[in-house]
Amino acid sequence: MDFKLKIWRQEQGSVKGKMMAYAVKDISPDMSFLEMLDQLNENLTLSGQSPISFDSDCREGICGQCGLFINGRAHGPRGHTSTCQLHMRSFQDGETIYIEPFRAGPFPIKKDLKVDRSALDEIIISGGYISVNTGQAPEANQTLISSDTVEAAFDAASCIGCGACVASCKNASASLFTAAKISHLAQLPQGELEHKKRTNDMVNKMDELGFGACSNTGACEIECPQGISISHIAFMNKSYLK
Amino acid sequence: MYFSTDSKQIPKSKIPQGDLRDKWSNFKNQAKLISPNNRNKYHVIIVGTGLSGASAAASLAELGYNVSVFCFQDSPRRAHSVAAQGGVNAMKNYKNDGDSVHRMFYDTLKGGDFRAREANVFRLAECSASLIDQAVAQGVPFAREYSGYLSNRSFGGVQVSRTFYARGQTGQQLLLGTYQALMRQVKAKKITTYTRHEMLDLVLINGVAKGIIARNLDTGKITRHTANAVVLATGGFGKIYYLSTLAMGCNGSAIWRAHKKGAWMACPSWTQIHPTCLPQSGAYQSKLTLMSESLRNDGRIWVPLTRNDNRKPEDIPEEERDYYLEKKYPSYGNLAPRDIASRAAKERIDAGHGVGPLKNAVYLDFKDALANQGKATIAKKYGNLFDMYQKITGINAYNEPMKISPAAHFSMGGLWVDYELSTNIPGLFAIGEANFSDHGANRLGANSLLQACVDGYYILPQTLPHYLAQSGNPEAINKEDPAFIECEQQVTKQLEELGKINGSKTVDYFHRELGKILYDKCGLSRNEKGLIIAIEAIRNLKASFYNDLKIPSKINGINEELEKAGRVVDYLEIGELMCIDALSREESCGAHFRTEFQTNDGEAIRNDEEFKFISCWKKSDNVPLLIKEMLNFEFTKPTERSYK
Ligand SMILES: Cc1cc2nc3c(=O)[nH]c(=O)nc-3n(C[C@H](O)[C@H](O)[C@H](O)COP(=O)(O)OP(=O)(O)OC[C@H]3O[C@@H](n4cnc5c(N)ncnc54)[C@H](O)[C@@H]3O)c2cc1C
Ligand code: SF4
Repeated sequence: MDFKLKIWRQEQGSVKGKMMAYAVKDISPDMSFLEMLDQLNENLTLSGQSPISFDSDCREGICGQCGLFINGRAHGPRGHTSTCQLHMRSFQDGETIYIEPFRAGPFPIKKDLKVDRSALDEIIISGGYISVNTGQAPEANQTLISSDTVEAAFDAASCIGCGACVASCKNASASLFTAAKISHLAQLPQGELEHKKRTNDMVNKMDELGFGACSNTGACEIECPQGISISHIAFMNKSYLK
Repeated sequence: MYFSTDSKQIPKSKIPQGDLRDKWSNFKNQAKLISPNNRNKYHVIIVGTGLSGASAAASLAELGYNVSVFCFQDSPRRAHSVAAQGGVNAMKNYKNDGDSVHRMFYDTLKGGDFRAREANVFRLAECSASLIDQAVAQGVPFAREYSGYLSNRSFGGVQVSRTFYARGQTGQQLLLGTYQALMRQVKAKKITTYTRHEMLDLVLINGVAKGIIARNLDTGKITRHTANAVVLATGGFGKIYYLSTLAMGCNGSAIWRAHKKGAWMACPSWTQIHPTCLPQSGAYQSKLTLMSESLRNDGRIWVPLTRNDNRKPEDIPEEERDYYLEKKYPSYGNLAPRDIASRAAKERIDAGHGVGPLKNAVYLDFKDALANQGKATIAKKYGNLFDMYQKITGINAYNEPMKISPAAHFSMGGLWVDYELSTNIPGLFAIGEANFSDHGANRLGANSLLQACVDGYYILPQTLPHYLAQSGNPEAINKEDPAFIECEQQVTKQLEELGKINGSKTVDYFHRELGKILYDKCGLSRNEKGLIIAIEAIRNLKASFYNDLKIPSKINGINEELEKAGRVVDYLEIGELMCIDALSREESCGAHFRTEFQTNDGEAIRNDEEFKFISCWKKSDNVPLLIKEMLNFEFTKPTERSYK
């Protein structure tokens, strides 16, 4: 397969960026999107041009480090699929593909397609945990938790922190990310005690960092590679207002 | 000769006195303590935020020490531990199926082919139960029964169910638990995080570890960091094979730079090749994806009986299928340990029975399980793995068998550490996959997450303070010390030189070539002739690397090619030592299968008489020096490892 690529290039956050055109040839449909970019980068490097910077690590859809805006969608055209798990068979031969970074005020661009998502860590630092020290934990089976409860908590806990929710939201809201953590911990008996304080701290932090408010458009749920439900946002808002 | 032996030096393993069951308590009873109000005078550097690094950091910070953590990812939550799927072992005996600390200890020791220290392995089993308690308290959503009790499943190499799991994302959930504990201490100002920082060298002052040199991967700035102790928790280096199950950034650089400063490497050639990965489908591939081994609980492995059989799997009748694991190892069947399952697959593939477009895979078939248990049950157990399989291959495994193949996965070798997890350099500790400890020559499934966590949550927080207490009052370390200045200059010089080569091949080219050599000659099976060819080939590759590498030369700012080049420099050197290590061990044990040492029906022949030791490699000016830590089996009798 052959493709025309239009890729956002920006030397660093402080300088202006622009879309640049590239072409790749002989791409196997079984190649992942990032492997296609790897190949382009090898060619750029050999021809003395600077390769395109983008993030990735596990390439198994679980570390949350990758994330590109592809043809106007976070992580590309396939639902519930992170960029590293997107394969070229999802595109048409000869297609022009537009590739841009995740854009949001609190995610400044570092270079090309790489953005700084440390704001998500800041939200967790503000309270996204259960306060238990090492070595004090009671016997695990003393806390009975129904299988359904654990599964529901798990659905929220499976957020990979990629930031697609922020990037696909017109308000650049981090509500889905924040709500997922709040909901994961609050549904479990271990996390219930701190629930109110945790919610207040995390929501306030999110605002302070410049993420927008949620206006319920639902784009985040559609683009989330883990399929995390926006119902967690309602749960978060309810807890916050209580 | 490719190496020489130093038989005078005897490694001090510092195993505590007493019966196996008392050793860890005896250590703790006698360990020196630091009083709570003095702890904040000490500063510890931890490199790595995987399960081992993050749990160690959180635990030491909770105790009151000041900690700095480093990782090359943009957030500690993305360390490679996040990718572990299958589960974590722990001795709880919730199933009442005959499990005990001793049985877990014995399974692990036997799984590792009696090439690990008894005392360490016992402690791993002993501390395992607390880990589950800890993780549950942090909110890790382990699978539960309808009654609300924790659920278990079984993994390769054992006959009890002692594996706890969180869907197919156990590593992610455990890591998020410990990441959150880490972040809690960042809030408490006990931990400083240095993300997107790569440790490039270790700094010693008078032979004692006192800090590191790191590069900020966003700005290119080289910085000096001082500490009273340094902990390497940098994970495994299986990515040396280029195609592996590991994340793209995994590397051996931190431990290798420490090795070059005098730390011993132990058994570097013991690499686990995992049996259930997706087969390679083309030359462009950047990695191989692991499918959790838990699939072997219900999936049956087979190949066509006839060679080069091109029929679709559903067109091959039962009697023309070879369920080779069930046939050869009736008591463990599809749950035979990883080294055995991997080798058996390779043997069948090499004999012409492989399936798939490249004939490089075997079938993992759920037909019977689906018929017996129904699709809903199978989907509940493995649904996300089936989804992942479909995303990557485009194939629906509910309708046809998966195709799987062995791939490089886990480093059993690493920095040598004593019972206290200290390397032979005072003040330098190594934990998790970065050390060689506990797994012997083969790791049983689900024991690695355990080891990483136990090292970080329970062991290091006891042993590191003991070191600090022994080393007297905390001294202030000067960043301007000549040792720091010189080290920084060397690091900078190396980066500049890499940038200047300006040849005609990319870093990935060299990495791929190295991977091919290793996979072929120092992979699932090895022999003397092949290893010697590999050593020479790696030396040639190294020479051409320094002539022909091409990377963007700017060393300031973001430069991924430069990052990768630094890692490949180390891989080229580690690869050579791996081959030398494999050459020196004239026996077959666990993942190390020397074709010269096998029975007529292809089983490994171990040689306890001559090789009952841990190989510790010391850097020297000429050839590497082999120092042997003899293993004492005081409480068990090494037996032939049979899974028949
Ligand atoms: C796909 C996959 C599935 C697995 N499944 C299981 C399983 O089901 N059960 C099980 O028990 N085990 C499993 N394992 C093995 C297990 O995940 C690992 O052995 C374990 O997580 C290693 O943890 P760690 O803390 O030692 O290292 P890692 O989690 O690899 O962390 C390494 C850390 O070191 C940092 N680092 C490395 N080098 C540097 C440097 N030079 N400078 C700065 N930072 C550096 C990294 O940024 C990272 O933070 C699996 C492994 C893989 C690859
Ligand atoms: S909620 Fe979904 S989209 Fe948002 S960070 Fe988590 S995984 Fe990514």
